[in-house]
Amino acid sequence: MTSTSDGVGPPSPPGAMEWIRKNLFSNWYNSLLTILGATVVYFTLINIITWVFNTADWRPVTVAPLLYLVGQYPREELWRAGISLLMVTFLVGMSWGVWKRYVRAFAIFMGILLGILAVFPLETTTITLPIRAFMLINPFLIYLGYRIGRLQSVHGRHVATLWLITLLLIPLVILPGFENSSLLPKVPTTVWGGLLITLLLSVGGIVLSFPIGVLLALGRRSSLPVVKLFSIFFIEVVRGVPLVTILFMFSIILALFLPSESRIDRVIRALMGTVVFSAAYTAENVRGGLQAIPPGQVEAAKAMGLKNFHITILIVLPQALRLVIPTIVGQFISLFKDTTLVYIVGINDLLGIGNAVLNLNPEFVRLQMEVYLFIAVIFWVFSYFMSYASLQLEKALGVGER
Amino acid sequence: MVTDKYFHKKTPIWRDERVLKAAAQIISSLVVFGILYWAIGNFLEITQQRGMPLSYGFLDEAAGFPIKESFIPYESTMSFGRAVLVGLINTLVVSVLGILFATLLGFLIGLMRLSSNWLISRIALAYIEFHRNIPLLVLLFLWYFGVFTRLPDVKESITLPGPTYINQRGFYLTWPHLSDRGALFATSIAAGIILAIITWVVLRRIREDKGRETYFGRVSLTVLILVPLIGWFASGGEPLWFDVPVLQGFNFQGGLRLTTEFAALLIGLAMYTAAFIAEVFRAGILAVQKGQIEAASAVGLRYSQVLMLIIIPQAMRVIIPPMISQYLNLTKNSSLALAIGYQELFAIGKVTINQAGRAVPVFILIMATYLAISLLTSIILNIYNKRVQFIER
Amino acid sequence: MSRKLLIVFSVVIAIGMLATACSGAQTEVPATASTGEEVAPAVETVEVIKTVVVEVPAAGEAQPPEIIQAAGYGETLQAILNRGKVVCGVHTELLGFGYLDENGRNIGFDIDLCRAIAAAVLGDPEAIEAVPITAADRGPVLQTGEVDVVTRNMTWTSKRDAEWGNFTWITFYDGQGFLVRADSGVTSLEEMDGATVCVTTGTTTERNLATAFGDAGLTYEAVTFEETSAVYGAYEEGRCDVATSDKSQLAAVRAGFQNPDDHLILDITISKEPLTPAVPTGDAQWLDIVKTVMWGLINAEEYGITSANVEEMKSSENADIRTLLGVEGESDWGYGTLGLEADSLAQAIAAVGNYGEIYDRYFGTEGIAFTLDRGLNNLWTNGGLIYAPPIK
Repeated sequence: MTSTSDGVGPPSPPGAMEWIRKNLFSNWYNSLLTILGATVVYFTLINIITWVFNTADWRPVTVAPLLYLVGQYPREELWRAGISLLMVTFLVGMSWGVWKRYVRAFAIFMGILLGILAVFPLETTTITLPIRAFMLINPFLIYLGYRIGRLQSVHGRHVATLWLITLLLIPLVILPGFENSSLLPKVPTTVWGGLLITLLLSVGGIVLSFPIGVLLALGRRSSLPVVKLFSIFFIEVVRGVPLVTILFMFSIILALFLPSESRIDRVIRALMGTVVFSAAYTAENVRGGLQAIPPGQVEAAKAMGLKNFHITILIVLPQALRLVIPTIVGQFISLFKDTTLVYIVGINDLLGIGNAVLNLNPEFVRLQMEVYLFIAVIFWVFSYFMSYASLQLEKALGVGER
Repeated sequence: MVTDKYFHKKTPIWRDERVLKAAAQIISSLVVFGILYWAIGNFLEITQQRGMPLSYGFLDEAAGFPIKESFIPYESTMSFGRAVLVGLINTLVVSVLGILFATLLGFLIGLMRLSSNWLISRIALAYIEFHRNIPLLVLLFLWYFGVFTRLPDVKESITLPGPTYINQRGFYLTWPHLSDRGALFATSIAAGIILAIITWVVLRRIREDKGRETYFGRVSLTVLILVPLIGWFASGGEPLWFDVPVLQGFNFQGGLRLTTEFAALLIGLAMYTAAFIAEVFRAGILAVQKGQIEAASAVGLRYSQVLMLIIIPQAMRVIIPPMISQYLNLTKNSSLALAIGYQELFAIGKVTINQAGRAVPVFILIMATYLAISLLTSIILNIYNKRVQFIER
Repeated sequence: MSRKLLIVFSVVIAIGMLATACSGAQTEVPATASTGEEVAPAVETVEVIKTVVVEVPAAGEAQPPEIIQAAGYGETLQAILNRGKVVCGVHTELLGFGYLDENGRNIGFDIDLCRAIAAAVLGDPEAIEAVPITAADRGPVLQTGEVDVVTRNMTWTSKRDAEWGNFTWITFYDGQGFLVRADSGVTSLEEMDGATVCVTTGTTTERNLATAFGDAGLTYEAVTFEETSAVYGAYEEGRCDVATSDKSQLAAVRAGFQNPDDHLILDITISKEPLTPAVPTGDAQWLDIVKTVMWGLINAEEYGITSANVEEMKSSENADIRTLLGVEGESDWGYGTLGLEADSLAQAIAAVGNYGEIYDRYFGTEGIAFTLDRGLNNLWTNGGLIYAPPIK
């Protein structure tokens, strides 16, 4: 699917022949390369297309699409995941209305994706008409949010507050529910799975790691030797080992260092691992931002008699954080991909569910290629468009054009 | 601070910056060590209850599990310690080879990306976008199950010149070994290299001092070729014998064998990292200002000279720091091998934890080893980086 | 930069040395253990006081069994009743034993055992929390008591019993076997000399393989995977000549191949794999509860009690059956001490059926997973090994 861009071709400027000559056949070795490249692309595409449409057996994908989306989340409680999605899409729309260019690409991508999912011609028993209809609501909700966000009376801080509330509400109230509640019965995290858990872990990981990362970055630049040493130690140790060892530590080793009767939820433990991992990288990214602030700023602030604490909070951090937003988005994308490792510690994320599906039916055991390719496509679509959106964000922020 | 005191006569103790700083440090140390003390206390209690002493004595017990590929002799009757060592070496081997391939491929893709040929540039872009947006673990699964296990059966191996056989059991290469008198040849190669370097350095210095052309390049190249050639003839013309893989029973025997898992991991890791290196490389080249290149051309330098003298040295400065982190990423990512059956450090550590039932000691060992690898690499490359940057000024 | 790294590095080395030093300092352990008690939560303290109260009136003639019981006895059941759920450590990717259906529901032989426990204790087979655990997790979850019971295709070995937790009652007799291609002509272990063998890592399987081949003086090459699906995927693609695992699993995989007849399960068993649910150490009552539920399921099959006829059977003429089902007026089969209801076992049987029903649901001729001859898993009366103490 990556090669589609080659097949489509660029918008032809006046004189397509001229363009072809200049860009493809400018001299003999370029012509040779073009022919060689075209042959490779042609055969690759032909093979992929034949395989996808003729050879592949897509039953492991079509038999249980909901498994990939929400894992074992009880089907009768599915509406809760749906409500969460609606809240998020609406807020994405509102953010688009308020912050315009910064989130436009992201909002449009989300609308298109959900729209496609709604009408995707997939023969399946579990994706029923109501679910499709529900998916179709989302793009309109984004648009509605956009219109509301553009109203004069709606400000960025309103939307930010709403985001905060939503991000707390979804993972803490709506999805888990409560004991003995009839409206929101308890759904233990052990049944959360699929894309749902992948997104929760990556969003949770990046959001929770952010304050820790900022503190660590400040700690590393601190003039207090002990604080500095601790920060460096933490950052370098975490960055020096593979993520999978950190996840393993939190999933298995951690319990041995806690009082024997304490139990921490498995998903929380995986989240702790992701947060710790991500915090070290956030710290380094923020440090990069801090270093980019010209020392003159600090000196000027000092000359005005501001205390160190105030200089950091009021002068340095706001500027530094603005600088690192694109880097943090980039980090989020890689964290999104890295969360696949939680499957190694037994969390049924997208990849884990894929493996469960392979064992759903004896006939599926050998269909690895189909399952993994499907998962690869999901990841690819998400990360590609997120990086595209982050590029737009970067342009809008004008980072690097100071 | 001193002036501060004079103006306000006396600073209350809770606002004295020195006191605050000291207090902050003491409190943070107390918190950190307090947590550590508490955690270790819990741990000792738990281990004592369950009778799992924190001891490394088990490393001498027989491991009892097989390891498929090992670069040092290993049997399942050998100790856990030996098994962990095998794992470490496996990690190092795949990392070093992976770094090598990833760098070469990354530079190639980066060049393709910079190509004026639209199609070639787009193919490189497609390559980069494909790899950058899919989790490495999923890519490794795709490589392993999609490509490597679907290679032909042993009996229908793909035969390449050499002979090299490729099948789903691995890559079997004909591999040279030194014959009885091969030592002489090997020594002559080493001697050739050393002599060539000495010639290069000495002749070059002479040229710099005396300003007289010494043809140091050509002379040292001649030395480099001539000395081993003498060694070749001295060893009777047959210093090497070739270990040719032969089909016996279930599998090929002899030759150098790269297992499917090793090959899949190596290629998966290298191709994944190459996508990132390509971008690093491209950014480095693009960071060199156009004016520099134009100026160099205007002075009359040939393109190869512009590349060697102007572009690469300057690009290197930009390239090296992100390259270091890519290399380290590759090394750390090799821990994903356990998913596709290559037994490196983490995979063997995990098996050891299972078989020996000593989670914490094994885990500390594994973490410390990765940390040591990472830190050593960063130290070495940082020193190099400093030198490169220094020469620039 | 590099200096900082150097500092960090030396600190790491120092920690490593400390850790190694700790290995020599086992004598210090009791001293430090007391610090753990100080930070223990209030609940624990209450338990400790309770122990003392029991001990004091008993004075000189204290009864040792009671004191042993006092440590954690009954805690698990209480916790389950408070929670309203039995927490089971399960497999989610093992066809037949612990896997998912299309709606994401946990199903399988092991899962039904978990449901039986939940039905007996809480009266509701759905009152389970199935925690997916990996092979590497099994020890830790038992040691830390994260789950109430592990029903995850786990082989009972002396070492695991000593170090991990308490094993209850063997529910499935398995043995490690070999799956080969029919056209390879292999029929014996000796003919596998030099073969490539696919095997899961971190299980007893890997070790058994090494032992079997080592004893016979044969060479082999093991290709090891974390995932069972990976093992069979690699085998089917031809990466390995042989796949080895518990025979039940091999049967499952063979059934799923396009042409099952192209593959053979050899008539060789190189190990004993008694698959057994296990509970964390320290609560003898809970251990007894789980054991009794397993016995109940087995006895039910002996008596012909099924999920369908459990109500009728309550008026059976056989007093033993009435006892098992907890009919009023019959003798106590131990439920009083175990903290269960008289009809707990009846509830379990009504919910998931007797042992044979569970077996047939997944492995019978009409089984939803695959078909597997009962063999050793027949009742002892039918020439198998499934045997349980009487419920009375």
